[in-house]
Formats: sequence, C-alpha cells, structure tokens
Amino acid sequence: MNSPSEVTLYDEVINGFEKLANQASSDETSDLRRIRKQAFENFRQSGFPTIRNEDWKYTNLTRFLKDEYALNVPNLPVPTRLIDTARIADFDCYTIALVNGVWDKTLGSTLPQGVELLPMAEAKQDPAFAEWFTQNHNDRFFTALNTALFADGLFIRVKAAALPDKPLHIIHAYTAGTNLMVQPRHIWLVNERAELSIVESIVSEKGQTHIWVNSLTEIVMHRDAKLDHTTIQSAPANVRLVNHTTVRQKKQSLYNNYTFTLPGADLVRNDLQARLEEDHTETHLYGLYLAADRQLVDNHTLVDHQKPNCFSNELYKGVLLEQSTGVFNGKVYVHQDAQKTNAFQQNNNLVIGKKATIDSKPELEIYADDVKCSHGSTVGQFSEEALFYLRARGIGEAAAKALLINAFAFDVTEKIKHAAVETHINRLIGQHIPVTQ
Amino acid sequence: MLIIKNLHAEVEEKQILKGINLEVKAGEVHAIMGPNGSGKSSLASVLAGRESYQVTQGEVKFHGKDLLDMSPEDRAREGLFLAFQYPIEIPGVSNVNFLKTALAEIRQYRGLPPLEAKEFLKLSREKQKLVEFDAQLVNRSLNEGFSGGEKKRNEIFQLAMLEPSLAILDETDSGLDIDALRIVSQGVNKLRSKDNAFIIITHYQRLLEYIVPDFVHVLYNGRIVKSGTKDLALELEEKGYDWLKEEAREKAESI
Ligand SMILES: Nc1ncnc2c1ncn2[C@@H]1O[C@H](COP(=O)(O)OP(=O)(O)OP(=O)(O)O)[C@@H](O)[C@H]1O
Ligand SMILES: [Mg+2]
Repeated sequence: MNSPSEVTLYDEVINGFEKLANQASSDETSDLRRIRKQAFENFRQSGFPTIRNEDWKYTNLTRFLKDEYALNVPNLPVPTRLIDTARIADFDCYTIALVNGVWDKTLGSTLPQGVELLPMAEAKQDPAFAEWFTQNHNDRFFTALNTALFADGLFIRVKAAALPDKPLHIIHAYTAGTNLMVQPRHIWLVNERAELSIVESIVSEKGQTHIWVNSLTEIVMHRDAKLDHTTIQSAPANVRLVNHTTVRQKKQSLYNNYTFTLPGADLVRNDLQARLEEDHTETHLYGLYLAADRQLVDNHTLVDHQKPNCFSNELYKGVLLEQSTGVFNGKVYVHQDAQKTNAFQQNNNLVIGKKATIDSKPELEIYADDVKCSHGSTVGQFSEEALFYLRARGIGEAAAKALLINAFAFDVTEKIKHAAVETHINRLIGQHIPVTQ
Repeated sequence: MLIIKNLHAEVEEKQILKGINLEVKAGEVHAIMGPNGSGKSSLASVLAGRESYQVTQGEVKFHGKDLLDMSPEDRAREGLFLAFQYPIEIPGVSNVNFLKTALAEIRQYRGLPPLEAKEFLKLSREKQKLVEFDAQLVNRSLNEGFSGGEKKRNEIFQLAMLEPSLAILDETDSGLDIDALRIVSQGVNKLRSKDNAFIIITHYQRLLEYIVPDFVHVLYNGRIVKSGTKDLALELEEKGYDWLKEEAREKAESI
C-alpha cells in the first residue's frame, strides 16, 4: 500500500472518517453503519492500490495521489452552462442532472413513466436498498472507500414490465472551487420484463482544480429485463475518474454496455463487472477509448459466467494519440456450472502517438467443458497502404488519418442504437482528430 | 502535360526503373505493355508518389511543375489519378464519404467551394450511370467485400468523379468480364477529351481495340525498349516479347 506519509489523501480519509461518518449516517440504519465501518476498516488496511497489485499493475496512481482533496461536497451555484454542454442535439429523451453526485431536481425535464427515481440519500430507507446494497467483506481500495464515505447518488427502480417511451439521459456534472474527491453511489434496479435505455454523460469545468470522482454503480437486472447503458466520459484533464460498475443479471436478462472515453480526464479507470447469476442471459460490452495528451485510460472488465446457457460478447477498441497510455484487461470467468457458455472477447488498438503505449491483456479462466469461447487482442499502426490510397485521391494526410481513425472506431460507434447519440459521439471524436503525429 | 526524363527509381535498394523517357501530351492515349515484373506498376507508383520508391535520377514535369517534389495528395490535386492494379479494402470508410472528402479537398486546392450535397448527389448519379456502377456499392465501405471486377469498376467510377487531367490505368482490364470490359472502355472513351490524357497499362490487345491508343510502348527491365502505334500491340499479340528481349539484350551488349 501507499504509506500514509506519501499519500496526503490517505491521511485525509483516515483522519476525516469519524466526522464524515457522523455527517452522513445520522439517518442511517445500524446495518448500513456497520457496513460502512467495515469498509472503512478495509480501506484503512488496503490504502490506495499500487502497481504491486495485479489489477493496478499498469496504472500508477502515485502522481495523482500527491494532490490534496477535500472530501466534503461544497455548496456551489448550479453549473447550468456546464450541464448544457453535455446535452445531445436532437436526442429525444428525458434528462436529469446530478451535480457532484447530488440530483438537482430544478434542472430536469419530466420523468419517464414507470421509472422511479430517488436521491440515494433518501433511498436508504427503502427496503430495496437494504436488499441490493452490496456488502462485500473483502472490498478494498476505491470500492471500500466509496462504501465508507458515499453521501448521495441516484436510485432508479424501473417497475416490472415498464417500457418507458424514451431513453433517460443522466448528466453528471462535477464542479468545485478547490480540489475535491466525490464518491457518488448509485443503485439501479430493472425489474422483470422492464426495458430502459440510459445514457450517462460525465462533464466538468476545465481548470486547475482537481476533481477526483470515485463512483460506484450497482445494477440489478431481473428476469427478462433489458437495459442499454451508454456512458460518455468527456471530462477535462483536471478530472480523475474511477468508475466501478457491477451488473447482476438474472434469468434471460439482457444488458448492453457502451463505454466511450474521450481525450480529457488525465486518469480514467473503469471497472465493469457483469455477473451472470442465472441462466440464459445475454451481455454485450462495447468500448471505445480515444486517449490523448498524457492521459491514462484503463478499462478492466469482468464477465463472470456462473450459470449455463449465457451469452457474452465484448468488443473494446482503443486509439492512443500523443503520449497517452491505454490499459485493457478483459477477464472472462466460466464456472464449472456454466455449461453451454458462449463468451467472446476482442480488443483492438491503434497506437498512433510515438510515445503512446497500450497494455492489453485478455484473461480467460474456463472451468466448464462444453463452452464456446474466443478472445483476441491486436495492436497496430495506420496501414500505410490505406493511407497511400486515400492520399492518392487528393485527401491530405491529416484528413486521411482522421478517416482511418473514424473507420477504426466505426465498429463500436455503429453499435449505438440512438442516431443522435452516435452523431454526438462522432462529433466528439472529430474534435480530437485530425492528428498531427 | 507529362514529361518524364531519364527516370531511375529503386525499391529496397533494388534498381527497378532504369532510365524511363516519356512524353504525354493533352488529348493523347498511351498504352504501356511489357512482361510481368518489368516495372510498369512501379512507374505508376513512382508517378503517384508511393513512398517506398526512391527516385535516384531523372525528373518528371507535370503541367510544368516538378511532380517528384509533391506529396501524393498534391499530385492528385494537380490532376493525376492512378487506378490501382490491386485496389485495397478500407472497412469503415464509406465510399461516398471518401469521395466527398476527396472531391472537397481537390476543389479546395483549386480555390473552389465544396459541392452542395445536392450537386454532389447529382454528379455521383451521373457518373454511376456512365460506368454502370451499382448504386448499392457506392454506399458500402470502400471496396470491402467487393468482387475483383467491382473493385476495378470502382476505380473507374472514382476516375469519373474526380475528372483528372492525367489518368494512369494499371491493368484495369484484368479481372473484368467481357461486358464490364466494354462498359469500362466506353466510360473511358466518354471521358476522353482534348484536355486530358491517359496512360493505359495492359497485357491485352483486346482493351486497346476498345480504347484505341495513339502510342504503344513496351517496358522491359526498367526501360522503354520499343515505342510505336497501335499496330505494335497487334504485333506483340502475335509474336510475344522474346524478340524484343533479344533486341534489348543485343542493344545492351553493343553499348
Ligand atoms: N517492395 C518491393 N520490394 C522488392 N521488389 C519489389 C517491390 N515492389 C516491386 N518489386 C519488384 O519490382 C519489379 C517490378 O515490379 P512491377 O510491379 O512494377 O512489375 P509490373 O511490370 O507491373 O508487373 P505485372 O505485369 O506483373 O503487374 C518486380 O521484379 C518486383 O518484384
Ligand atoms: Mg503491375
């Protein structure tokens, strides 16, 4: 672990826990208080991860942990303009906004039928909260920290058989006057036969103030439920994003995740875990990371096949510009019980910056014998042949490269089901290319 | 329009072009024939600016400008077009988008605004018709999954869209069925004018029956060893290349 003397943030957390715990938990059940205490104890022992931890081998946090952060969310005016930057043109949807993890009801539109939304601070009394809020005795690092310290977030319950007419756009805006670490915590329950599409946008103001977002989302997909879950991460360089999502899938549920990481936030770590707890589930994980500058973008995914006849498919593509670093770790675990599993995984990378790097590691652990599994990982540069072909038609080098980057990303962007969102993402990609190197 | 003088080029330190001289004037069609591996595609590549080739001697003037000094894109913008012998597939780049970008960049170079969407569509329809190019293919990814013949036709479709002053067709006829050969040739004939020129690389006299050349050259071992009129193509069809190889050898010995 990072010793307390090296890591200011660690000291802050340890010293501040009692005070923070008292603030947050005055209205909490004794169970939750016990869980928090345990999580805090776990974090106290684990500290922040170092490169000696297998899961953080390529993601060195030292330079980010040197800064000081306040742990209390300040009271600031609502950043309306910032929130507007996250809006998606021509996207017919319901919109809500969270500022530093707290739902601001003054900014939203009407809400979808059959979908119940609550601030997490209020949801703590809901029986579903006690049922689905995960207590993991082995939690360490960021998830333990989140459990110990979270103050608010968004609780969503999609009622059984609800079919909202439009997607829900959740804008997460982060803003602070001084360095800040926030711990949003979300629980989303999609009940039987319900269907929803959620698009999340993460934005923040450009500036010198560092904002560390340590977010944790727990999703439960009940029988025959369907969720399309898109995340657009386009926060600026002063933001550090650590994002943990766990999806628990029940029988015949379908979960589609689309994660887009764009140049900006100097640290992005996404942990996405699909736990297939019952049979005949379907899971698609699509990711596109376009990293620039000195950005470090790390995607760790886990598809945990626990039961038979489940299907999972994963496609992550990365474009590494300038001096950026990419990490992809895709773990597929097939339990002995999980016969007739279909599990596919692919990670392709285009390393463009002369100083850019990627570490790509598929990890397959298969304990069942009747399965179909495949994985592949590639790292490449621009095809000289393709570049020459385009240039020979009068297309300048920069534009030719832009075309090839778009073409590379296309396999993922074309999977988006909302045309407006696809256009939006292509526009965001376009802002960062043509490239100069 | 194009003047090639004593052009020498090598690839991976291997001398491929060994002193090419050729002049192409506006309105002319030149055919280049020659045995496999003699350097025909290499000549086309050097003219188009493929970076793997090093020019070691000689010069090339295109519309009075130093061609060898230009980037591949600038050569295209100046009006040079190469229909590739083996067009590559670029998945994810749509044919339409690619052509729009190319046309816009060429027009910008010439100080023209990009075509309006409507105008572009009209032009595209017109040219599709000219070369009987399937509209479905226009909307697909560039050459992805195209048959060999479809790829060749796409080259001619692009040629029609970009309206170059000098088009080099590298074995565009290989892989075309009889109907396609006729369609492509008719397309080229319609595009022929007193202001543009064609260099047609081919192995077959048949194409030259459709597109009648003003000159026929034989490239052998990196040099043009014989030039003549369309009758030379007929003679080659009849006699093959051996007599020319022989002549070239004798000539080399006598020097
Ligand atoms: N990258 C390369 N490295 C080495 N040799 C090469 C390379 N490219 C071409 N050559 C050689 O250059 C010579 C000329 O090739 P080129 O493709 O120009 O022939 P060609 O006249 O077009 O033949 P064909 O009629 O078969 O198309 C050949 O001997 C070929 O092997
Ligand atoms: Mg050739």
